[in-house]
Amino acid sequence: MEVTALSNAKVGSAGIVERIDLPEEVSHHLAHLGFLPGTHVEILRRAPAGDPRVYRIDGVEVGLRNETAKHIFLKLMPQVKKEAA
Amino acid sequence: MSCHAPTPDLTEELAAAPPVVAGTKRLRTVALIGPPNCGKSTLFNRLTGMRQKVANYPGVTVEHHSGKMKSIGRSDLTLIDLPGIYSLATYSEDARVAVEVLTGKMPGVPVPDCVLLVLDSTHMNRQLMLAAPVFSIGLPTLVLLNMSDQLEARGGKIDTLALAKELGHPVALISAAQGKGLDVIPDFLLRAGSKPDDGTRPVQLPILQSAASCRSWATQVTGRTKYQAPQAALWTRRLDSVLLHRVFGPLIFLAVVFAVFQVVFTIGQPLSDGMGTLLTNLGAKAALALPDNWIRALLRDGLWNGVQSVLVFLPQILLLFLFIGILEDSGYLARAALIADRVMRAIGLNGKAFIPLLSAYACAVPAIMATRTIENKRERLATIMVAPFMTCSARLPIYTLIIAAFIPNQKFLGGIIGLRAMVMLSLYALGFLAALVTAKLLNSSVMKASAAPFILELPQYRWPTVQSLTLRLYDRGKLFLKKAGTIILACTFTVWVLSVLPLHGAQFSDITHSIIGHIGHWIEPVIRPLGFNWKIGIGLLSSIVAREVIVGTLGTLYGMDPATHAASLQGALRHDMTIGGAIALVVFFAFAMQCTSTLAIVRRETNSWKYPAIQFTYMTIVAYVAALITNQVITHLF
Repeated sequence: MEVTALSNAKVGSAGIVERIDLPEEVSHHLAHLGFLPGTHVEILRRAPAGDPRVYRIDGVEVGLRNETAKHIFLKLMPQVKKEAA
Repeated sequence: MSCHAPTPDLTEELAAAPPVVAGTKRLRTVALIGPPNCGKSTLFNRLTGMRQKVANYPGVTVEHHSGKMKSIGRSDLTLIDLPGIYSLATYSEDARVAVEVLTGKMPGVPVPDCVLLVLDSTHMNRQLMLAAPVFSIGLPTLVLLNMSDQLEARGGKIDTLALAKELGHPVALISAAQGKGLDVIPDFLLRAGSKPDDGTRPVQLPILQSAASCRSWATQVTGRTKYQAPQAALWTRRLDSVLLHRVFGPLIFLAVVFAVFQVVFTIGQPLSDGMGTLLTNLGAKAALALPDNWIRALLRDGLWNGVQSVLVFLPQILLLFLFIGILEDSGYLARAALIADRVMRAIGLNGKAFIPLLSAYACAVPAIMATRTIENKRERLATIMVAPFMTCSARLPIYTLIIAAFIPNQKFLGGIIGLRAMVMLSLYALGFLAALVTAKLLNSSVMKASAAPFILELPQYRWPTVQSLTLRLYDRGKLFLKKAGTIILACTFTVWVLSVLPLHGAQFSDITHSIIGHIGHWIEPVIRPLGFNWKIGIGLLSSIVAREVIVGTLGTLYGMDPATHAASLQGALRHDMTIGGAIALVVFFAFAMQCTSTLAIVRRETNSWKYPAIQFTYMTIVAYVAALITNQVITHLF
């Protein structure tokens, strides 16, 4: 499985959070929204201007700028599985 | 839909839950706590109704709501609404306040006797993370799983009985929006106040309360109690695919923004004006009943005008808050922030600052009150600092006066573009430019050190309820009148007193010979390079109360002057000022903080005099320098 920055993953793809390289207070905030290693995250859509993008994590939709998302890394899941849900 | 609606017998559930603490001590104070967006405020309003008090905690910008729990027949109990937080880890001011209140360390706030913990039942894995640190505080706690209606409608399941056993605290499903399931609260309070604590609490909390350990604890608990998360909200997905669409998204956004703007101007402005006229007439009528002496002047020109200058803000404030309330409660405000973020980022702010800054074009007062939707304290402060540069409606009277007096009515391009309209537009652009530069300055200096990222939760779409909107309007209106209104009144009155003292015999001075008049003469050397004479100086001083006041003051001053008293105000100004000075005057007004109401509201929202002082000094200096350059350049060119 390929590890990539969240900001690089395509809309419609999904993966498992691998690690978060952000200052503690930021990662603390993100952790309480569900961004913790091991959680499933889906790249849901992009804002009309392309950035920020909306991620679905554990039933919650969260908008993040790419400048933040590029510090979150995930293991991409095979594309096929996603659409069934 | 197989509507497996969990319909728990609440009394049975409470009985099954372990007994709660508090000994035989009488209950006085109940704390309400929960993560952001869990529906806590709706519940708070349900429990306390209109009888709530709003204040700031000492020394911080965090607001303190409390109220008697009258709606459930417990007027003897005070409910304290704590700020919405995800955890008790004290990274944020909000969390620090919550911890201090819960542990009884907040000065002036009584120690809570028990806690109502509100969680959104549709995201239990995440929401339960707050439960662990709250339970650790050791107060008797009732866990309220809110949004039961959403959970049921989307096929989610919670076994509240199993959860109560697992958590060691009573648990109940409620819907604060629909007012369902709230009977458990008085039952719980009754128990908390009567049952002695037996000390048993068979609950295992994570030992190290980090986000990760709280999370795995929460996931274990929901797993053991067979929690089924509801399906994704289908309607929210569908709506978002339109409202956040590449093409339709921005178009709908612009339409919404335009509609808000349009209504505030076409309805709000006439309402404010109408209110002003009505109040003036009322004052004039009432004044006839008074003897024609200083008492009449004091009551009508001093006090009543002050009251008026407070009340005229009310229609616009309420209207703007009605819109912001609808946008926020429906969930669209978060989408608007998402769409606007790209543009706002260019000036160093985030998407949430868009609506407040837009509101500032009507009036900075409600705009600054609306910055509450920006959770990030620094971004909020930056927005507050730049908002008064937006061209508010109070600048228009002096703009139109000067433009009509000094700018020829020339048309270009076959009459489509007028010179006057272009000057007006440039003044709007000038204000926006000042806001932009200020935001950039703030970003690259004060705020740079700890720039927090933009993290935006997108809630599900919901219908705003009339109750919540009404309460919001009532709350904001009352806050404005009580907290800002008193300061505005005091300032207006002070300026009036300065403009009529000293007494000559038993008569007031006219403004030329008053204290303010003397100051006007005294500052003339300072403002002469700007092209302003002492009359303009007095006008500037009097307009510190409110920008539009200058037109009335100048009218009075030129009316008293034998050289100009026959001319119209426009004619008098043309006679008395150069074009350089006139343009410098509107440029001055584009930048200067000539508004005590704004200063009062900034004081109230930041809970300190520091920010209004900085803002006033900064804006005055910018205005002075800009007006100086304008006058010098124009005088040398023409």
